[in-house]
Amino acid sequence: MSWIGRSLPRLEDPSLLMGRGRYVADLARGAASVKFVRSPVAAGRILSIDVPDGELVFTAADLAGVKPICPILHRPDYIAVEQPILARDRVMFCGQALAVVVAEDQSLAEDLAEQVFADIDAEDAIVDMDTALAEGATAVHAHAPGNVLVEGVLRSPGLDAAFTDAAEIVSLDLRSGRQSAMPLEGRGGVAQYDRISGRVTLYASVQMPHMLRTGLADVLQMPEADLRVVAPDVGGGFGQKMSLFPEYVVLVWLARKLERDVAWIEDRRENFLASSHSRDQSFRVRGAFAKDGTLLGIDADLKSNVGAFSCYPVTCGVEPLMALAELPGPYKVAEYGVRSRGVTTNTGMMAPYRGVSRPMLTLTMERMMDVAAKRLGIDPIEIRRRNLIDTFPHRSPTGLVYDEGSYKEAMDRAVEAIDLTGFRARQREARAAGRYLGIGFSVFSERTGYGTPAYAARGMNIVPGYEIVSCAMDPSGFVEARIGSSPHGQGLKTALAQLIADELGVEPGKVKVISGDTDATPYGWGTFASRSMVIAGGACKLAAGKVATRLRSVAAVMMQADEDQVVLEDGLARVTGTNQSLPIPEVARASYHQSHRFGQAGPGLIENATYDPGGTFSNACHACIVEVDIETGGVKIERFVVAEDAGVLINPMIVDGQIHGGVAQGIANALFEELVYDETGNLLTVSLADYLPPTIAEVPKIEIEHLVTLSDATITKAKGVGEGGAIGAPAAIINATVDALSPFGVEIFQIPATPQHIRKLIREAERNAHG
Amino acid sequence: MANKHDITLTVNGKDYSLTVEPRRTLADALRDDCGLTGTHLGCEHGVCGACTVLVDDKPVRSCLMFAVQAEGRAVRTVEGLAKGDVLHPLQKAFWENHGLQCGFCTPGFLMLAAGALEADPDLSEEEIRDILSSNLCRCTGYQNIIKSVCLAANEMRACPPSADR
Repeated sequence: MSWIGRSLPRLEDPSLLMGRGRYVADLARGAASVKFVRSPVAAGRILSIDVPDGELVFTAADLAGVKPICPILHRPDYIAVEQPILARDRVMFCGQALAVVVAEDQSLAEDLAEQVFADIDAEDAIVDMDTALAEGATAVHAHAPGNVLVEGVLRSPGLDAAFTDAAEIVSLDLRSGRQSAMPLEGRGGVAQYDRISGRVTLYASVQMPHMLRTGLADVLQMPEADLRVVAPDVGGGFGQKMSLFPEYVVLVWLARKLERDVAWIEDRRENFLASSHSRDQSFRVRGAFAKDGTLLGIDADLKSNVGAFSCYPVTCGVEPLMALAELPGPYKVAEYGVRSRGVTTNTGMMAPYRGVSRPMLTLTMERMMDVAAKRLGIDPIEIRRRNLIDTFPHRSPTGLVYDEGSYKEAMDRAVEAIDLTGFRARQREARAAGRYLGIGFSVFSERTGYGTPAYAARGMNIVPGYEIVSCAMDPSGFVEARIGSSPHGQGLKTALAQLIADELGVEPGKVKVISGDTDATPYGWGTFASRSMVIAGGACKLAAGKVATRLRSVAAVMMQADEDQVVLEDGLARVTGTNQSLPIPEVARASYHQSHRFGQAGPGLIENATYDPGGTFSNACHACIVEVDIETGGVKIERFVVAEDAGVLINPMIVDGQIHGGVAQGIANALFEELVYDETGNLLTVSLADYLPPTIAEVPKIEIEHLVTLSDATITKAKGVGEGGAIGAPAAIINATVDALSPFGVEIFQIPATPQHIRKLIREAERNAHG
Repeated sequence: MANKHDITLTVNGKDYSLTVEPRRTLADALRDDCGLTGTHLGCEHGVCGACTVLVDDKPVRSCLMFAVQAEGRAVRTVEGLAKGDVLHPLQKAFWENHGLQCGFCTPGFLMLAAGALEADPDLSEEEIRDILSSNLCRCTGYQNIIKSVCLAANEMRACPPSADR
């Protein structure tokens, strides 16, 4: 009986449900409270910082000897920038940490922080990309005149010819607002100092504990061995908890300096101000189409506002370079020209957020398909069908190799599930009654589970990608899998336990997955880029497979059978074709305690395995029906269908949960959430009342159809699925909204498409009509 | 802020003697003074609802109430929901139906739903949706939260909790 493919309730849940979870803030008791004093202005020179006497207050001057954070890309077009741990001389964005205070409890720390006064000679801030790129603009970083920190350019030789030959050229200007991953648990850390060893243990709400330890050791110039990083229960991350942030450096520094435990628990305002942001992209794209709708070429100028600093370790190249490499998405296109820039400004740092550039890429391509279809008089589904990838492996113009997928099939499934034909009749009736319904589609690929080659190609100095798993069966027959990956709430441990259980013939409840502790797990890269199931899962399968081989050889000796005849299932080692069997715990015990009997198999059941795959592609089609209230500009989503192909589903319930959550964040991106700076660089959206994350009232039922394409690019046959929901949803929603507003001829090219924006477009359309 | 008050908080039927500043929120008192860290803080300004507890059986955002205001009232937190290791029908439904991912918002949703269903066991799905719209979840897209609460509501109607809760 296989555990793979079953919607097993999560092993993680009982403790979380009973309030026994251990999130970082739950570990802060007894530690001194740390509060950061943050810059109230976006740009300026620090003249002085006045601190109250006799209190524990530290500024950059105290941190002499601590290096700045400075991530590197080995590319001629990349300019590295240094992020000081506390601002020195200058402030670069509103919310940058200027000083840190330590007090006995949180409220006293807040009182103390209010007594710190920074005298800053404020200067004009560069807030948006147009200002940053304007001729003669002030340089945000003096050594980066022009304000471009990374710039990738590609141009295939036949691009101009493609545009010359085109029957129709579609030119689009698209814009995505700035967004926050907004995990419900903010960032935070508790640094514990061990007086005997001098070691520090940092409990932190992070997705990459090993990487954090390396980064901390580098900037603090200390041996990694003197530091232990633990990610306990993590209350969501979505990319925001990947980077090395200055706050963690300060915590470890304080614990060592004060020789005591210190805790910093971020509040929501701080999370908006000082943790990383994302999106904030502006794309100008032209598509050359033949008369029959064939996409002949794409020419793109892509800009990403990367903020004041570069995130460690993935750098500010993460959004611009993803945009450059993956704009064509699921479409065949022979000729491609692209310029993609990371533009620095006096705003918060841009870092990965679920989807990384692909929500905007998908919005771009899917809007382009709809606009081209309209102009050429081709059905929107038909134009997609003519351009979607259908032979595999497919090589994109940027050299990406797509493994087996089901792009057309997923679209057909979504069209059928949402009943496109039936909808059109309903839409006509509704319009006659003064109601504006619309339908929209979005087809996309989600590149997942890529190993070191992909990151090396990007020029990263630190090249992530592989996972190492150490798998051991103990003498009682229980299994421990120590993984370098690190879950942030998605249920990874249960899914991995299912995989391992199948390899070893035991129940998932007998598999303990140990993660997120640098003292207890092999070096690894944590959770991001929809990689954990594919890569950590692959390594688990390999490591558990090796343990199974040892187990079978021990069992073979014990039962005097041929090793090839021993199978592991239902808790037993069985000799096939006989009724001979042994309970697995008995075999495990013998392996440790009777090892002299087993020759080659040796003592113990411990194996390591590494997996470093080239990567795979999930794919999906999102389809949705919306109703637009033309009086208010409000968009209500009536139906949302996802036809998704993530290969083999290890735990379908968890996969569906990933899709649900992703779609909800995509809805947020499409219609609601935006971080807004004023013209001076002051962030206006610093509470959940301003930022507008959707509630259950805004998220409709999400219907999911699964397709299963088996690909050799992944040894578990599972493809990553963490980001797809967020990638596909904005385009489907915006296309549906445009369809709803087609009687007005309104086109939408910016997200979030707030009621105000939609009303403005309707007003303009009406004005033009009455001209 | 030096003046402190001695208060007794009754949480999950147990008395806690605390000395707190008047400005100390109920959430902080529960977490830091009583050690009941199941109640979570997601925003501290009353929007997310992660800190929802029951005060005299009514759902309350514990970040918006001062500890001194809770004296003499019965506070219930997620730690008091299960009977020993036997999960409350809501907890069981959340577990079986994948009603949580990271679990951070979960205690707030559980207490909100528990309070609502105890007050009116016959809530319709639409009414439950309306009530749950007061709390935020960032992981689940709410799909399995609504499913879990509706299934638990059915179960609770079939087997009403005993009066000694």
